[in-house]
Amino acid sequence: MEAQPRLDAQKLRADFPILAQEINGKPLAYLDSAVTSQKPRQVLDAMTNFYETAYANVHRGVYSLAERATEGFEGAREKVARFVNAPSSRELIFTRNATEGLNLVAYAWGLNNLGPGDLVVVSELEHHSNFVPWQYIAKRTGAGFRMIPLTEGGELDLDALEGIASEGRVKVVATNYVSNALGTINPVDRLASWAHERDAIMVVDAAQAAPHLAIDVQAIGCDFLAFSAHKMCGPSGVGALWGRRELLEKMEPFNLGGHMIRKVQFEETTWGDLPHKFEAGTSPIAEAVGFGAAVDYLNSVGLEAIEQYEHELVAYALERIQEIPGIVLYGPAPERRAGIVSFNIEGVHPHDVAQVLDWEGVAIRAGHHCCQPLMHRLGVAATNRASFYLYTLPEEIDRLAEGLLRVRKVFG
Amino acid sequence: MEDLYREVILDHYKNPRGHGVIEDADASAEGMNPLCGDEVAIYIAFDDDGETIDEVKFSGRGCAISQASTSMLMEMVQGKTADEVGGMSKDELLDEIGIPNMSPIRIKCALLGLGVLKVALHRAKGTPLPEEWAGLDEEFQVR
Repeated sequence: MEAQPRLDAQKLRADFPILAQEINGKPLAYLDSAVTSQKPRQVLDAMTNFYETAYANVHRGVYSLAERATEGFEGAREKVARFVNAPSSRELIFTRNATEGLNLVAYAWGLNNLGPGDLVVVSELEHHSNFVPWQYIAKRTGAGFRMIPLTEGGELDLDALEGIASEGRVKVVATNYVSNALGTINPVDRLASWAHERDAIMVVDAAQAAPHLAIDVQAIGCDFLAFSAHKMCGPSGVGALWGRRELLEKMEPFNLGGHMIRKVQFEETTWGDLPHKFEAGTSPIAEAVGFGAAVDYLNSVGLEAIEQYEHELVAYALERIQEIPGIVLYGPAPERRAGIVSFNIEGVHPHDVAQVLDWEGVAIRAGHHCCQPLMHRLGVAATNRASFYLYTLPEEIDRLAEGLLRVRKVFG
Repeated sequence: MEDLYREVILDHYKNPRGHGVIEDADASAEGMNPLCGDEVAIYIAFDDDGETIDEVKFSGRGCAISQASTSMLMEMVQGKTADEVGGMSKDELLDEIGIPNMSPIRIKCALLGLGVLKVALHRAKGTPLPEEWAGLDEEFQVR
């Protein structure tokens, strides 16, 4: 592989106006990108420009402006589809976010394809977005619901798969590509093969993967893959679901209403073609354009460069944080995870840790990270989580480590 | 800002007053702050008059603010009547804790103990929660 130029975070920061501010008298160190990333000027400009020069509703008007808006919207679809190497952009559905994409699959596929004796298999690492919909649909259809357990090292225990498969007909395997709580990169390609050997579908929650590594749905071999723009430098309010065409075509619609129809009569309504069948109502149009601009931005930096840089940051952060007395670290080795570090300080509640760090202008997450089954497994109510992105500087990790020493001092 | 963790708060957090359980309590309730996972259970034993709080204890885990404020609350309500505590306002406790400009999220942490105590007393007395606290039992998932 041709080596990409090294990522220059200091230079990239100039693209992110929000980072150039002080919080509590200290420069902002935004170490919470896993929950949502900041937005570069290029994305903000693309959306403003679209609103100022090309905004109209899409796929409707015959006038030129509507055509321009449609071109912008569909152009964004092309970009996002290429970003995950989808065979066709018709298989790329714009959603509100990854959660909506996962709900779409759970309802539109699950309700008609699951029943007693079937099994839905998720993992102990899931975000609630890929856990709760499946738990709910399994209950509604009478299907069983199982979790792939975690190893001590914070990785999926694939040895448990055969035992799970012996308990019923596996119909769905749904896991995340990258864990939002621990940063673990999961072997979704192996899980997809395993699922397909059993005629099950493989559903990938890529919300935490899409910002950090190059995604290829064809190489993974999955059937559905969902992600959100807001975690990858794009705006909130838009996400994408890629699905295999033959499955999408057979599925019932999810949301019903305008735009998703072919013909509406009193007796019966027929559905439109892909992807429109799954895009009822007015889409987040300018947000989709911003999503496309975010993809352009990430491509210009280079996904391999981002992944490499995050591995370096994580290795450095683990090294620095390990030095703090009373620290408990969660998750796998740095080369097995994206830019996320989850930890606790003995005797100090994560909210108190996050509060003290806030005095230093360091923003981290404290809580269950929408992963209560995982917190249960770890035997904690909450953890602290620092997460990094292409604009994170090693100096900010130094400030995190110094802040943690201060936490120790306050609560010592 | 750093008043949040001033000496008295940390002292109550590290050495909580009235920490423990009262077996056969006359009134008790437990609640949590779902946002942080803070948990508090409160146990009350009344004097022979059935009104005065003879003994009050709490157990729980959570952030320094939730645990320290509950500990301070234990000292405040000892010897008071159920009515007096029932009439205690949020501000009385917040003044005692003495943290100015606490963020809304942390105020919820600070009020967890008082909310649970109020629910326990009103349940024991069979009276409804006052306006200011209506819905609190649900918010704190009080059992």
